[in-house]
Amino acid sequence: MSAPVLLRMAGVARVHGQGEAAVHALRGINLEVRLGELVAVMGPSGSGKSTLLTLAGGLDTPTEGTVELAGEELSGLDQNRRARLRRRGVGYVFQDFNLIPALTAAENISLPRELDGISARKARREALAALEEVGLREVADRFPEEMSGGQRQRVAIARALVGPRRLLLADEPTGALDSLTGEDVMRILRARIDAGAAGLLVTHEARFAAWADRTVFLRDGVVVDSTGDRPGAESLLAVRPRA
Amino acid sequence: MTIRQGMLALLAEEPAHCYHLRVRFEERTGGTWPLNIGQVYTTVQRLVRDGLVETVPVEELAPVGSATARSAETSGSAESKSGADDGAPRGSAPQDVEQFRLTTAGRAAVDSWWATPVVRGTPGRDELAIKVALAVTSPGVDVRAIIQTQRTETMRALRDYTRLAGEQGSDLTWALVLDNLVFTTEAEVRWLDHVEARIARAGGGR
Ligand SMILES: Nc1ncnc2c1ncn2[C@@H]1O[C@H](COP(=O)(O)OP(=O)(O)OP(=O)(O)O)[C@@H](O)[C@H]1O
Ligand SMILES: [Mg+2]
Repeated sequence: MSAPVLLRMAGVARVHGQGEAAVHALRGINLEVRLGELVAVMGPSGSGKSTLLTLAGGLDTPTEGTVELAGEELSGLDQNRRARLRRRGVGYVFQDFNLIPALTAAENISLPRELDGISARKARREALAALEEVGLREVADRFPEEMSGGQRQRVAIARALVGPRRLLLADEPTGALDSLTGEDVMRILRARIDAGAAGLLVTHEARFAAWADRTVFLRDGVVVDSTGDRPGAESLLAVRPRA
Repeated sequence: MTIRQGMLALLAEEPAHCYHLRVRFEERTGGTWPLNIGQVYTTVQRLVRDGLVETVPVEELAPVGSATARSAETSGSAESKSGADDGAPRGSAPQDVEQFRLTTAGRAAVDSWWATPVVRGTPGRDELAIKVALAVTSPGVDVRAIIQTQRTETMRALRDYTRLAGEQGSDLTWALVLDNLVFTTEAEVRWLDHVEARIARAGGGR
């Protein structure tokens, strides 16, 4: 368990607004995620899970504390460099999917790659491969409004997976999916992380959090509990199937 | 109850020795509910007593001597020694040679089992539910600490089941059994979350 730390959050707080109206979305967050590690984030609605993810991905900056991605402190970078780091290094699945309505599924996926200077042709090829991976090759040329909620969700996942992402941030990626499709998504996410990425997964479903190496529980912006990576767990099942 | 129904269901497929029943039951449930041979003997004896199962008459044994039954017989001979130590009831004939089959009433019992949903029945005495219920009203007990400790433990179990499920190949039986464990364990985590939130709300404020 000594892979390099990819994401480090130290003393992170995020306050929205000021004075009377101030909302302390997060307080005193310390979190490290190593390469090869998937950390699940659970907690009631409004506890700060999405805020944690946006800070981890550099989409928002903390009002206190630091966020380091691969050793670089995000707040020390200028807008452009931060955007580029984000685009190249971070795959983000938003809670509301965030697909661009005027673009097809394949275009939604290839856009960030094209912004990175990849040829349109190669970007499309990658997009189709990513759609294939989530079992949705057939919706490649459909617009978001022509897809079901679960399909949109999987397109958003495909977009997060395309290219050489090292940090995967997924906010309820299984929310609109049935249990078997949700499991498929977790399998893909897990495989990507095992192959050399790190991930944060927000979920309300313990079944999916169980794919993670650790789970942290948030409440009112504070980590109240965290399941460690304790070994010796497999002794739990007294009987295992015959080979 | 489950063992009883399980034995009936297996006997509905073909007549079998007790040893054979035990092996088949474990195989068919993914090895999750191991049985000892004594439990099988006892269960089968009761089924015989209740008229649901009967011994296959010796003169009818030969045609049933299929490959599976014969292999169960040979591998069963080693087992019969340890089986005797289980204190299993033993008749005049060696138990593991005796074959059993369903009676007409037994077949009807199996059919009605498949056709009837499993009734949830009265809730069992769940230690965790009792513990939490008592903790809520016990002065000086930190319910939230209890819940958090339990949730960590339950999450750990859930993760283990999930890993096992990930490792398993295409064995459908085992997958279904693991799924059952995963879903019931998840329900416990959800219940713990819910209890925590309820207590926080009842505690008033914030
Ligand atoms: N832009 C904002 N301005 C003011 N308050 C905000 C803003 N964004 C988030 N908040 C508040 O911060 C807190 C945490 O919000 P966040 O979206 O992180 O919760 P969450 O845990 O993701 O909830 P959910 O499970 O419902 O998605 C909430 O109280 C929310 O109202
Ligand atoms: Mg959220």
